[in-house]
Amino acid sequence: MAETMKLEIFRYRPEKESEPTFQIYEVPFREDWVVLDAINHIKEEIDGTLSYRWSCQMGVCGSCGMMINNVPKLSCAVFLKDYYPDKIRIEPLTGFPVERDLIFEMDDFMTKLTEMQPYIIREEGEEKPLEEGEYLQSPAELAHYKQYSMCINCMLCYAACPVYALDSNFIGPAIIALGQRYNMDSRDQGRDSRQELIASHDGIWECTFVGECSAVCPKHVDPAAAIQRAKVSSTIDWFKDVLIPWGKKK
Amino acid sequence: MSTYLRPVPNTWWLKRKPYILFMIRELTSVFVAGYCIFLLVLVYKLTQGADAYGNFMAALKSPSSVALHLITLAFVLYHTITWFNLTPKILVLYRGEERVPQGLVAGTFYAGWVVVSVIVAWLVLGV
Amino acid sequence: MAKSNEPIWWSLFSAGGMVAAMMFPILIIITGILVPFGLAGDDPLNFERIHTAVSQNDSVELTLFIVITLPLFHWAHRFRFTLVDVGLKSVSTLISILCYGGAIAGTIVAVVILWNI
Repeated sequence: MAETMKLEIFRYRPEKESEPTFQIYEVPFREDWVVLDAINHIKEEIDGTLSYRWSCQMGVCGSCGMMINNVPKLSCAVFLKDYYPDKIRIEPLTGFPVERDLIFEMDDFMTKLTEMQPYIIREEGEEKPLEEGEYLQSPAELAHYKQYSMCINCMLCYAACPVYALDSNFIGPAIIALGQRYNMDSRDQGRDSRQELIASHDGIWECTFVGECSAVCPKHVDPAAAIQRAKVSSTIDWFKDVLIPWGKKK
Repeated sequence: MSTYLRPVPNTWWLKRKPYILFMIRELTSVFVAGYCIFLLVLVYKLTQGADAYGNFMAALKSPSSVALHLITLAFVLYHTITWFNLTPKILVLYRGEERVPQGLVAGTFYAGWVVVSVIVAWLVLGV
Repeated sequence: MAKSNEPIWWSLFSAGGMVAAMMFPILIIITGILVPFGLAGDDPLNFERIHTAVSQNDSVELTLFIVITLPLFHWAHRFRFTLVDVGLKSVSTLISILCYGGAIAGTIVAVVILWNI
């Protein structure tokens, strides 16, 4: 008698319903299966209408983020055996509008991503011509921002963040961490221009350091720490601006 | 085709343990403020003469005062522990490529706490 | 998006949080357990001793002022965000006024009382 287990999956088909429902599927239980394997099995063998995102199956692309029993996780990294024989409840990541089934709308994230200017910015006249070779960086300088460069944009941190769930104007953990990744990169000179976004009311100051973003991050980026450190540096900036207003650059 | 926005209940924080612990941490601030008010009243009684002050200090022996103090202490200790444990996230120090261990940063604050507590006790109690 | 003026409140919140973390546990133990149960010598918080210490020493008055007011600002900032987090975002301006206003009021009261000792 082959073992099975139940997956209770969030369904939303806008063309035929105005409210989401849940559908229970019974899938084979395999010791080495992850939740994504079970969902792929459903799609292939049981119900081809189920819609969801996935790609690499190995935790590097960031596509398969879902709420698994209320916790944001990568479905390719969660083993069935850790839940067997209990039922697993699967929903799209919290805080985002749902397009269809497990597919959520990422537009807000993508817009903010671009606004953070996630690339090396050099000041006017500071751009090194190609003939002069690469920008050199020591291992110690790399160590300062490396952790923040590991983000795979899976958005689990947004799903874990109650501030974002309550107010989608909040810039959010991953994007602030990304801003810090460039701010702390010794080759970058764009901190001031990113500060407009980071130090705004919708930026770091909405964060109440719940810390769940860092707890769920599959790449150990620790966005919560990135945000708190940005609070410190932004506060120092603020006092400098207020106490030494003539010291402003440009 | 419309997207569906899931409503967020105000009881969102009851759904998972990390959120409940977060809310408890945030509520410690109420007890912190409570003790500030207590100290304010104590200092006020100092301006009202020896009798008023004496009555206030005598009231500290009452069961309700002790109980309130103990509850406040529990919450304030939770504040202290969560506060110090979060300092290494904010105070990130490097020696070359190596990051200063988080335990060392937090440990320094705990050590400082012991020192401050001893000094305060020594000054206040005059022992 | 304009840069926010939150840093002033956050600085007060942080300073207050550190003061409360460092000094409140021992103070609570003193006023809640040691003194009421007579475990710390012969009435060390008696009126003569404390009144003299506060009225004669500026540093004692200053310490009391810091210990009373900074944690009030810690409460104000944290409680403000707690209320927003439980769904009161629509009245967040009113909440800010009440919270920071409360801390400022407490500060003024502390100044008045300490000035008159």
